Amino acid sequence: MTDAKNYMYKSWWKITGVVLLVFTFSWGLLVKVPDLPALEETSRNLFFHVAMWMCMMTLFTISVVNSIRYLRSFNLKYDIYARQFASTGILFGILGYSTGAIWMSYTWADPNNPAFQSFQALAREPKLIGAAIALLIYFAYMVLRDSINDMDKRARVSAVYNIFAYAMLFPTIWIIPRLLPSLHPGQQGNPALNFKDVTPALRLVELPAFIGWTLLGVWITTVRIRINLLKEKKLAQ
Amino acid sequence: MKRINLKRSLSLLLLLCFTAVANAQEGVKQAGGLMRSNGRSYVVIAVMLTILAGLILYLVRLDRKIGKMEKEN
Repeated sequence: MTDAKNYMYKSWWKITGVVLLVFTFSWGLLVKVPDLPALEETSRNLFFHVAMWMCMMTLFTISVVNSIRYLRSFNLKYDIYARQFASTGILFGILGYSTGAIWMSYTWADPNNPAFQSFQALAREPKLIGAAIALLIYFAYMVLRDSINDMDKRARVSAVYNIFAYAMLFPTIWIIPRLLPSLHPGQQGNPALNFKDVTPALRLVELPAFIGWTLLGVWITTVRIRINLLKEKKLAQ
Repeated sequence: MKRINLKRSLSLLLLLCFTAVANAQEGVKQAGGLMRSNGRSYVVIAVMLTILAGLILYLVRLDRKIGKMEKEN
């Protein structure tokens, strides 16, 4: 069972992830952030809120790669991989969404802010709508999967659907929000990866934070994959 | 690889808590202690690191448990 070459059973990358997260949680709160109006100390959310989305995108990408691998080989193992990576991706997406809601309440929608925006105006925020649509498409992936009883059919249909779902990420979270006027940062180019947006001191924490959170997400997923592989094995017996 | 003893790691965690309390009491005498400086933001860092440690420990144990189940099968 335990494949010596499989990264799932290695621990070096798990330890790396934990070390990077400890660094994020400690230095991320101590590093000096630029004093921007309304934002102030909340810039530190870059290491947490933005990292959730980075992690979600990475997990969805791994998921779609495994769906394609399934369609090429029809090996059910890849179907399990794709499903588990997608569900952890959804988890991180929900976390990103809710942390964004908290952050927004004290910056954009804060009555003390000179550029105060009502919640009604915020509800039209293209980034929020786009992210919600993207997440709903992935919810539908889970519903679709669980509604098909036949194992091979389920794997095939959901692998194809997963490719569509991934394709929908491009317009919903990367293209449309950048074409429309928005309060959310990252209008011109890549938010978070743009060198003009982030000071070098912040970048020193940002990149380790992104990698650390992503590794944590992958770790959680591999644990879930291993449980499911065991279940499959028990069923086959 | 040798398995980390759960009892030992838990007692280590408890010991760490005691040192934190000891530090806090020391801080009463000298107001400029580390935990009380910088608007006491180090307290928040300690809380966050504790939560992170708890979650990671949980994940490590889950990982180990599944590893054991895999070996049995």
